Amino acid sequence: MIDALYGALESGLIYALMALGVYLTFRVLDFPDLTVDGSFVTGGAVSAILIVNGANPFLATMLGGVAGFLAGCVTGLLHTKGNINPLLSGILMMTGLYSVNLRIMGQANIPLLNESTIFSIIGSWWESINADAILLKPFTAIGIENYAPDGFLVIISMLIVVIFIKLITDWLLQTEAGLALRATGDNIRMARSLSANTNRYIVMGLGLSNGLVGLSGALIVQYNGFSDVNLGVGMIVVGLASVIIGEGLFGTKKIVRTTLAVMLGAIVYRMIIALALRVDFVDASDMKLITSLIVIGALVIPYWWKQIKENKKRHSKRKRLNENLGANEHASTKSD
Amino acid sequence: MLQLNQIEKVFYEGTPDERKALQGVDLTLKEGDFVTVIGSNGAGKSTLLNIIAGVLFPDFGAVSIDNKEVTFIPEQKRSKWIGRVFQDPMAGTAPNMTIEENLGLALGRTKNRSILRGVNAKRREEFQELLSSIDIGLEDRLNTKVGLLSGGERQALSLLMATFTKPRILLLDEHTAALDPARQELITNITKELVKKHQLTTLMVTHQMDQAIELGNRLFMMDEGQIIFDADEEQKAGLTVEDLIQEFQKIRGKKFDNDRAVLSS
Repeated sequence: MIDALYGALESGLIYALMALGVYLTFRVLDFPDLTVDGSFVTGGAVSAILIVNGANPFLATMLGGVAGFLAGCVTGLLHTKGNINPLLSGILMMTGLYSVNLRIMGQANIPLLNESTIFSIIGSWWESINADAILLKPFTAIGIENYAPDGFLVIISMLIVVIFIKLITDWLLQTEAGLALRATGDNIRMARSLSANTNRYIVMGLGLSNGLVGLSGALIVQYNGFSDVNLGVGMIVVGLASVIIGEGLFGTKKIVRTTLAVMLGAIVYRMIIALALRVDFVDASDMKLITSLIVIGALVIPYWWKQIKENKKRHSKRKRLNENLGANEHASTKSD
Repeated sequence: MLQLNQIEKVFYEGTPDERKALQGVDLTLKEGDFVTVIGSNGAGKSTLLNIIAGVLFPDFGAVSIDNKEVTFIPEQKRSKWIGRVFQDPMAGTAPNMTIEENLGLALGRTKNRSILRGVNAKRREEFQELLSSIDIGLEDRLNTKVGLLSGGERQALSLLMATFTKPRILLLDEHTAALDPARQELITNITKELVKKHQLTTLMVTHQMDQAIELGNRLFMMDEGQIIFDADEEQKAGLTVEDLIQEFQKIRGKKFDNDRAVLSS
């Protein structure tokens, strides 16, 4: 149980980058970008093929991000220069990328188990300084060593990466260019009237978003130990679930808070899945359905809740009206 | 400084819906001119502003600003020199960004936007001062999201955002039309103040004849895509709403037809 939750934390941290990317398009740019399903795998495929061919894993990971960035830019160009509807641009890219990803990998699946990945490289350094033993000490000191994770390597290293990227994103969104990017998503007519080249911001925004998605994919394949061409199926819904859960639980008051919220949302999402998998009749193959249900629930429940509250309010007002009418001796005119 | 030569614009050309929005408009604005534009619905007022702003390109004719031809320069490039306020109070500001972020965005209009902070301590102070100058209490709400402001407040902010970077030309497209009378007066006063303060060359479209007479130093009356009457400062000084209606009938030989025109205040 506790291992499953730590596993969810580890993969959640990696998926947090993908969630941040989805947030950039869905919320900041108001562009429902489905490229994600393809660009996630593109990032993974590029890093995997480079790693099996002996490239430096750190470089391979970065290039995975760059590949995602380029894919996102193409989606942006399809929309801005080709005047294709946002959803359709994403769908076309997602479909096209499936073949591209197969071409990159040369086969449907690349195992990385015996390759040197960023986790194996950091891992050997990690062991040399005996970091796990040091980090375990506080747990032993208060007697909860049974609740400690098996290893801290992925958690700590990914935490550093995730925090670093969050800070860069926060900073970027508050620069002059970042304000123009946000205005492009918030009120495009106004952005143009204030001399923002909205087409350029859409292309760059989609690029950055898919760059984060590609980076996330590159890290996931190394974490999982394989790259698979079907890794990205339904990824956009996972990203959306993370964004919606995060925003709902942790708030959206400020940009800095919202970016934190969507990343935490990715972790919470992984934990929900990990717990769901422990229910007897749930199979791993049910996960896509559960993900969809989570998103549907997160969208529908607040809406219904609001309606119920408004109905109640209306009902009580009607009651007061009837009472007032009754008091004025118009009770006989009351009709139902 | 702003010059339009023989501007023509036709919508839906070659179809049964063909509509000649502008038919050979010539105009020249001098530095510091404040022109009010009136005319019935469909007279071509908004099309005229859109052609100056670069939202639309003319079918014929040329637009130049400061003796530089800009006829086909796209909107987002041209807005380096042009400030605009729209009729819809929601259109001129970004609702999910704070007041200071909106101002920071407006500050970037005249230059290439950098990757330095859009709102820093120094700018925040300037913004506060700016907001104090219009005196509607926004100076204490720098971190409020603009979506929470009222229509009048948003329009005042839009006006400030369009003007404080001193555009070469200010275009106001019925920017008080969607507000209640009290707010209309407030926005009209702020407009007067800001235009005077920055000495902006301004083109203001309005449906209110009394407003058109009260503001500015020059008045255009438009009908069927043409400027049919151009009153200079001297002529405008003695003008009344009655005069305008009579003038229209004299020129056009028909009644001034405008269901939205407010004839008196």
